[in-house]
Amino acid sequence: MGLKEKLHSFKVKNKDKKWLPAFSALHTFLFMPNETTHGGTHIKAADDLKRTMNTVILALVPCLIFGMFNAGYQHYLALGEIESAKGFLGASFWTIDNLMVGIWQVLPLVVVSYGVGLAVEFIFAIIKGHEVEEGYLVTGMLVPLIVPVDIPLWMLAVAVVFGVVIGKEVFGGTGMNILNPALTIRAFLFFAYPTWMSGDKVWVHGAVERDQMIAEGANLDAISGETILGSYAQNNSVVYDYWDMFWGLIPGSVGETSKFLIIIGALFLIFSKVGSWRIIISTLIGALVMGLIFNGVVDAGWIGESSKFYGLMSVPFWQHLIIGSILFGAVYMATDPVTASQTNKGKWIYGFLIGFISIMIRVFNPAYPEGVFLAILLMNVFAPTIDHYVVQGNVKKRMKRLKVKTA
Amino acid sequence: MSNDIRIKKGLDIKLKGEAKKTTDTAVLSNFFVLRPEDFHGVIPKLISKVGTKVKAGEPVFYDKSNEDVKFVSPVSGEVIEISRGAKRKILEIKIQADKAQTYQEHGKFDVDAATPEALKAHLLASGLWPFIKQRPYDVIAKPDKMPKAIFISGYASAPLAADLDYTLQGKEAELQAAVSALGKLTEGQVHVGVGKNASSPLAGLSGITLHKVSGPHPSGNVGTLINKIDPVNKGETVWTVAAQDLVIIGELLLTGKFNAERIVALTGSEVKSPRYFVTKLGSEVATMIYDNGVEKDANARIISGNVLNGKEIKPDGYLDYYSNVITIIPEGDDYELFGWTKPVFNKISTSRALTFSWLNPKKEYDLNTNTNGEHRAFVTTGTYEEVFPLDIYPMQILKACMYQDLDEMEALGMYEVAPEDFALTEFVCVSKQPHQKIIREGLDLMLKEIG
Repeated sequence: MGLKEKLHSFKVKNKDKKWLPAFSALHTFLFMPNETTHGGTHIKAADDLKRTMNTVILALVPCLIFGMFNAGYQHYLALGEIESAKGFLGASFWTIDNLMVGIWQVLPLVVVSYGVGLAVEFIFAIIKGHEVEEGYLVTGMLVPLIVPVDIPLWMLAVAVVFGVVIGKEVFGGTGMNILNPALTIRAFLFFAYPTWMSGDKVWVHGAVERDQMIAEGANLDAISGETILGSYAQNNSVVYDYWDMFWGLIPGSVGETSKFLIIIGALFLIFSKVGSWRIIISTLIGALVMGLIFNGVVDAGWIGESSKFYGLMSVPFWQHLIIGSILFGAVYMATDPVTASQTNKGKWIYGFLIGFISIMIRVFNPAYPEGVFLAILLMNVFAPTIDHYVVQGNVKKRMKRLKVKTA
Repeated sequence: MSNDIRIKKGLDIKLKGEAKKTTDTAVLSNFFVLRPEDFHGVIPKLISKVGTKVKAGEPVFYDKSNEDVKFVSPVSGEVIEISRGAKRKILEIKIQADKAQTYQEHGKFDVDAATPEALKAHLLASGLWPFIKQRPYDVIAKPDKMPKAIFISGYASAPLAADLDYTLQGKEAELQAAVSALGKLTEGQVHVGVGKNASSPLAGLSGITLHKVSGPHPSGNVGTLINKIDPVNKGETVWTVAAQDLVIIGELLLTGKFNAERIVALTGSEVKSPRYFVTKLGSEVATMIYDNGVEKDANARIISGNVLNGKEIKPDGYLDYYSNVITIIPEGDDYELFGWTKPVFNKISTSRALTFSWLNPKKEYDLNTNTNGEHRAFVTTGTYEEVFPLDIYPMQILKACMYQDLDEMEALGMYEVAPEDFALTEFVCVSKQPHQKIIREGLDLMLKEIG
């Protein structure tokens, strides 16, 4: 008897057990189930939710791998132990040493994110007696990519529990949530543990630790790990050039730095029709428009160099796309179909407003110089409203047709 | 005047086992079955009992809520069994056919001279009425309501559908009689859709408004035709008649006999030699499917109708009252190792998520009945819109049906749709939701609450 038959008879034997969803979740990962159609269409297309989610994960894997190398690269670069890589294929970037830091610092984030999140999902599935739905597969991958590399694991675990339970399960689980769960987790971390989520110390591995050692009297240089946005917000000069920003050789959250890989991921998502090109493009348009407006304000001389907003406002509009996480947010976060607008027209409006508001928050909120996740969460809340008005357009057309007839 | 209808949204599902254009005469079935279930929403009241002798075209039961609507026997013979289910619901009325067929005589009917009332009474009395369906609600038409238009689709775009240009060949006289009659029953026009590049026998008829249809499935669905020509508004009714049923209507008007004969396509990848058969409504499918068809003990799904909205039947089952195709495809009751993640070349998909059917749009596929995944909540968006040509928001209307908000269902266009319009969205649904069932239940709820 092969594995297939053994698992099948095990499933049949235990079909009344409460824990069966947990077994099924694992079983269906190994084998696509033997379910057949009944009533309705007799044939079905090849895609299921697992395949869809898996496609998004595939698009994220390059970002994760890059993030692991970058964790080490930023660490050693800040310590002054290596030279700047100067380009995507730079010799000092793709090294075993860098990867080891990544394995040591980033992989645990992935493990904790998946371990805790899936545990919560399994518990809820068993309590409520439904199958384990696949929503967390993508969330679990996104979470480690949008947090600072040195975030303590227990904080991450607490945030994941909060995000999955309050952000998703209380609404009824996958497909029912209003807010993007990954961003809910980030928002929780951001407001509960702000010192670990912003500032100029958290983005490079070892910086916080080094600070503590200095405070205890060690004779060492502090590591600076300021992000580009941080520098602009302080009206400081930026030490990185555009290519560093594009390739991703800069400090930031784990997986969001490489614009190059995010663009590749975006192309893959658009090509596979899993990600909405409407949302991605309209978000970028929104960001550019807001950037242009701010540039216009600076050009008109309404705001002087002494203003605290000057640094970010004077950033040429197109550069907003390669600094911060607007690109990552547009490609992987705003496109979450459950929390985004669901109508095609609505997607244009929803995306545009995300980009627009992101840059607005970025500029006007220098205390936390990144607004992408707040903008997406805000628009998550308004997505149903946008859809409502789009759908009303269709309803009105129908009403009008009736009126013309009866008039 | 010819008005072209061209749709872009949709999906042609190309399957193996299309019927070759040769027609065999099926072995005459010994038993015929009428299933009240085929007539959605009808509560049957029996006229005949077990042992009653009936002629072909003689009423067997009528609709309790609409006593004029009679359902007639397709053959002459004896009612030998009436099987009932829970709450004594009538499931099947089985008739043993006589060796020599006798017909109930209705006499030749002069359509041109008759008043609409007389024509309507004739159609009701002769058992032709069940062929006329209505929208809203996709049920048998209510005789007392005048439709604003009548729609007929002469273009079969569904996967492995019977080619209507072929099956209707040589039936021009019957078709003409039927559409002339229907034209008297509506205040509007009789709209007929035919394939753009096809030579349909329907194209030459008089008294119709012809529309040349092109584009992927569901371009041949009558629902698409209605939506693009004259959508149903609140309070309005349209009627639809399947093209193959026009032949039976026309023949009865011309000859006075209810001839239940119909050309049926036997198709599907499990069929050795897919081809056409001449048979009768309600025949045993066993008279057709084994001769150069499916293996006796094959693990196959037999469908009376097409793969998108036909009914699953047993090998000893009977042809549905309305279907003109029998499809046989393999069952998919097996596990597939890493089926959810491995690249897929042998299944159809509208995405490109490691699914490669986009590489080869002309290829014919051998799909089985596996669901390719489990039932989930609605997650992805925009997928349905790609295959849904009607000016309606499919996901929103499905959700409105699920939470049973009658006002919203009405506002979003429930009066315009039938379950079959949602067959393609159901096919591509990543969450494997039963769209047609959701719409059917929504329509039933509206019928009950609003009427």
